Amino acid sequence: MIYIKLLLTFFKIGLFSFGGGYAMIPMIEREIVEANGWIDSKEFVDIIAISEMTPGPIAVNSATYVGYKAAGLFGGLFATVGVILPSLILILIISHFFFKFKEHPKVKSIFNGIRPVIAGLIFGAAVFVAETSIFNGELSSLLSSKFNPLQYINWTSLLIFGATFFCLWKYKWHPILVIALSGTVGVILFYLGLVN
Amino acid sequence: MKKLLKLFWIFFKIGAFTFGGGYAMIPLIEREMVEKQKWISGDEIIDMFAVAESVPGAIAINTSTFIGYKVAGFWGAIVAMFGVALPSFLIITIIAAVFSQFQDLPLVKAAFEGIRAAVVALITVSGIKIAKSAIKNKIAMLITLVAFVLLVFVDVHAIVLIILGAIAGLLMSWHAAKAGRESV
Repeated sequence: MIYIKLLLTFFKIGLFSFGGGYAMIPMIEREIVEANGWIDSKEFVDIIAISEMTPGPIAVNSATYVGYKAAGLFGGLFATVGVILPSLILILIISHFFFKFKEHPKVKSIFNGIRPVIAGLIFGAAVFVAETSIFNGELSSLLSSKFNPLQYINWTSLLIFGATFFCLWKYKWHPILVIALSGTVGVILFYLGLVN
Repeated sequence: MKKLLKLFWIFFKIGAFTFGGGYAMIPLIEREMVEKQKWISGDEIIDMFAVAESVPGAIAINTSTFIGYKVAGFWGAIVAMFGVALPSFLIITIIAAVFSQFQDLPLVKAAFEGIRAAVVALITVSGIKIAKSAIKNKIAMLITLVAFVLLVFVDVHAIVLIILGAIAGLLMSWHAAKAGRESV
């Protein structure tokens, strides 16, 4: 009954994803990497990168990819339907009292509390992805007594991070361009052996 | 029926050509619905985008479903939703089938080693942008910090954090209302 499990897992992800793409990363990672082990964390980060280069939302892309990996074509189908179903249900309910909904003071104050959480979730997502590239292992090992920053940080990746951050922030480069270039730099540094 | 087919085709095209998720779709949807088809007015569509962003779910899916519903009722919602999701489904299925044969090649691994560092930068930049609009006072900043620490160091589930955020929002407005009454 992997199909039902995929459907329900991605239904849950769709139902609780506020703030679009990146804010969902911690939840998707928790459900598909930690709880179910359908793919590993590096592969999940690769899906994020692929999502950035292909059309469509990260949620749908990771649902399709993970479902396919876990149970083939129908796995992909069930996971994808699962992630988009909450949107359909919620939109059909909300469109009936659409204009009142947004301006309702309680709804407004709920979102005033949720929005800062979303920012925290996105920074958490950045840490999670960093743990597969810039950091060797989990950030929570900071708290351990054996923590050694020199071994913990992958300096080449940190350099790529710094350069891409600068291009994105200062020069507003397009994400696809940044990904293509960093892939090229990755090949030069890690494959052609300029760095061990 | 003709309208449903047209709706499906429009959202299929939008799904196939927008990179970068929901926000990138907004100008395309606006042009199709308001200017070309004249199915929705300009003011109406802005309110619809705002609602689609505040409901859980992928923004692209929410927006399409909502607009489909507005234009052609229940089946309009279904048709627009599947139309916008189908291109990603097809593309990612192909990638999932093909990528697994290449992902262990040293060349591909090296490329993704570089790309992963860039993804950290992409997410950080988007986090800073969201934080700028979401953090309006010290309490909001505290909420962001606490959510981050609980997520990264305590491994609290994101759903729990979102619910706690909603409660915090209600408490803040309740507190503000109480303070307002007392000062009168």
